[in-house]
Amino acid sequence: MFQNLGEMMLLFSRTVRSLPLLWRHRQKVFDQFFEIGNASLLMVCILSFFIGGVISLLTGPVLVERGLASAVGGLVGLSMCKELGPVMMSILIAGRIGSAMAAEIGSMRVYQEIDALRTMNINPIHYLVMPRVVAVAVALPLLVIFSVLVGWGGGALVAATNPKISVSFQSFLVNLKEIVTFGDVANGLFKSFIFALVIGVVSCHQGLQTIGGPRGIGRSVTKAVVNCIVLIVILDYFLTRLLL
Amino acid sequence: MNEPTPDSNHSGVSVKVCGLRKSFNGQEVLKGVDLEIPSGEIFLIMGPSGSGKSVLLRHIIGLEEPTEGEILINGKSIQSPEVMEEYRLAMVFQSGALLNSLTVAENVGLYLSEHRLKPPREIARIVAEKLELVGLKGQEERLPNELSGGMKKRVAIARALVIEPQLILYDEPTSELDPLSAVVIAEEIVHLKKRIHVTSIVVSHDRELAFGVAHRIAFIHEGQILAVGTPDQVRQNPNPVIQHFLNANFKFD
Ligand SMILES: Nc1ncnc2c1ncn2[C@@H]1O[C@H](COP(=O)(O)OP(=O)(O)OP(=O)(O)O)[C@@H](O)[C@H]1O
Ligand SMILES: [Mg+2]
Repeated sequence: MFQNLGEMMLLFSRTVRSLPLLWRHRQKVFDQFFEIGNASLLMVCILSFFIGGVISLLTGPVLVERGLASAVGGLVGLSMCKELGPVMMSILIAGRIGSAMAAEIGSMRVYQEIDALRTMNINPIHYLVMPRVVAVAVALPLLVIFSVLVGWGGGALVAATNPKISVSFQSFLVNLKEIVTFGDVANGLFKSFIFALVIGVVSCHQGLQTIGGPRGIGRSVTKAVVNCIVLIVILDYFLTRLLL
Repeated sequence: MNEPTPDSNHSGVSVKVCGLRKSFNGQEVLKGVDLEIPSGEIFLIMGPSGSGKSVLLRHIIGLEEPTEGEILINGKSIQSPEVMEEYRLAMVFQSGALLNSLTVAENVGLYLSEHRLKPPREIARIVAEKLELVGLKGQEERLPNELSGGMKKRVAIARALVIEPQLILYDEPTSELDPLSAVVIAEEIVHLKKRIHVTSIVVSHDRELAFGVAHRIAFIHEGQILAVGTPDQVRQNPNPVIQHFLNANFKFD
């Protein structure tokens, strides 16, 4: 994986340099963007609801026991927007969208479609990679906003209905508002933006690297998803450190 | 994309292959190929399966990097980036290599639409015209995976014709076609050459195509050129491999 890091950086810099062509390829970006939304919005909601719920469930009783009922909202709010929303959603998107990108580009590679593009003097980076990277870089932060809101909702619902917590909806939200700042949310969105670039570049790179028929495509998909998740988790630590 | 000058617009390019060698994982597939193909010629490459014909074509259009030697298009190395900008080249792949996510019409018009060479309505007209030419009138909205092998091949040919190329490479253009479609494609190869003076390199086992349309034929065997010459010269070449290949026929006795 790490010997490819250099190639990935190169692909990333080429993608960035092709950004002036963004307007020309806007249709492809839109298509990718809506595909990402379509494929993952429902999952994002379900996942986030239960993630928010489970943090509430785990921390709520402990805090209430120690007379810190007023901290439940803040704790759920912060962990959702600074860590769990961005990281969990990025992992979800790596599995759902990164895999699809690697598979699609990989099969184009194997079945010579990319060669055909090159003979037509169409740059595969402009045609395939850039629209996908841009689409996921825009879509993922938006999905994270969604995820954070739904997660807060899930946390609040559990806090209000679980007899061991019973922090009302209202006091949960008041407390959340007190503790979570706009900066915290922005912090999470920034992380997810970086993770989105990782997903786009790693998956497209893996797709372009594919060799050797259908089995090669399968291998590329697995590698793309695993590499994305590993990189996301490692980067998460350093980004958190940096943004502390 | 640079506007080609009117002069270069309607003339083919010359191709020179110098000492081309290619190894894949230590196995040598091309063992020193030298060819010179003047502008406007229909040059046919024939040889047994696995002899390196497709690999040779992929080198000529710059998809593979030679292990040794080089390919010159009008005297310029195909590896230099400006060659692809300067000349219009096209290749019909053995498998067709259509973009599976695009319709037939989008595939055929891809070159024009991606390079913004024509307005959409004009592109639609050209696409319909080329599809009719290859006998696929009215198939615009179908997807590649709904087509048969021969239909894919014909779409690929239409896609190459749209480019109005100065060099066109065909990898077995008639191999999956019925005899009637094969004749249409053979005629179009000749017609295209007459109309825009394109240089054509055709890989084919099809002996009728070879002796019907080619100006010159090269015979390749195990990565080496055994003979180059006019159809008659190659037919009379005494090399037993060539004679065996040309005279292979089913015999029931
Ligand atoms: N990417 C590659 N990696 C390794 N070996 C390859 C590769 N491409 C081609 N070869 C090998 O090169 C040789 C020539 O292949 P090529 O496809 O050029 O044959 P061909 O003459 O076109 O045959 P056919 O008439 O069956 O299409 C074969 O032995 C093939 O295994
Ligand atoms: Mg071949």
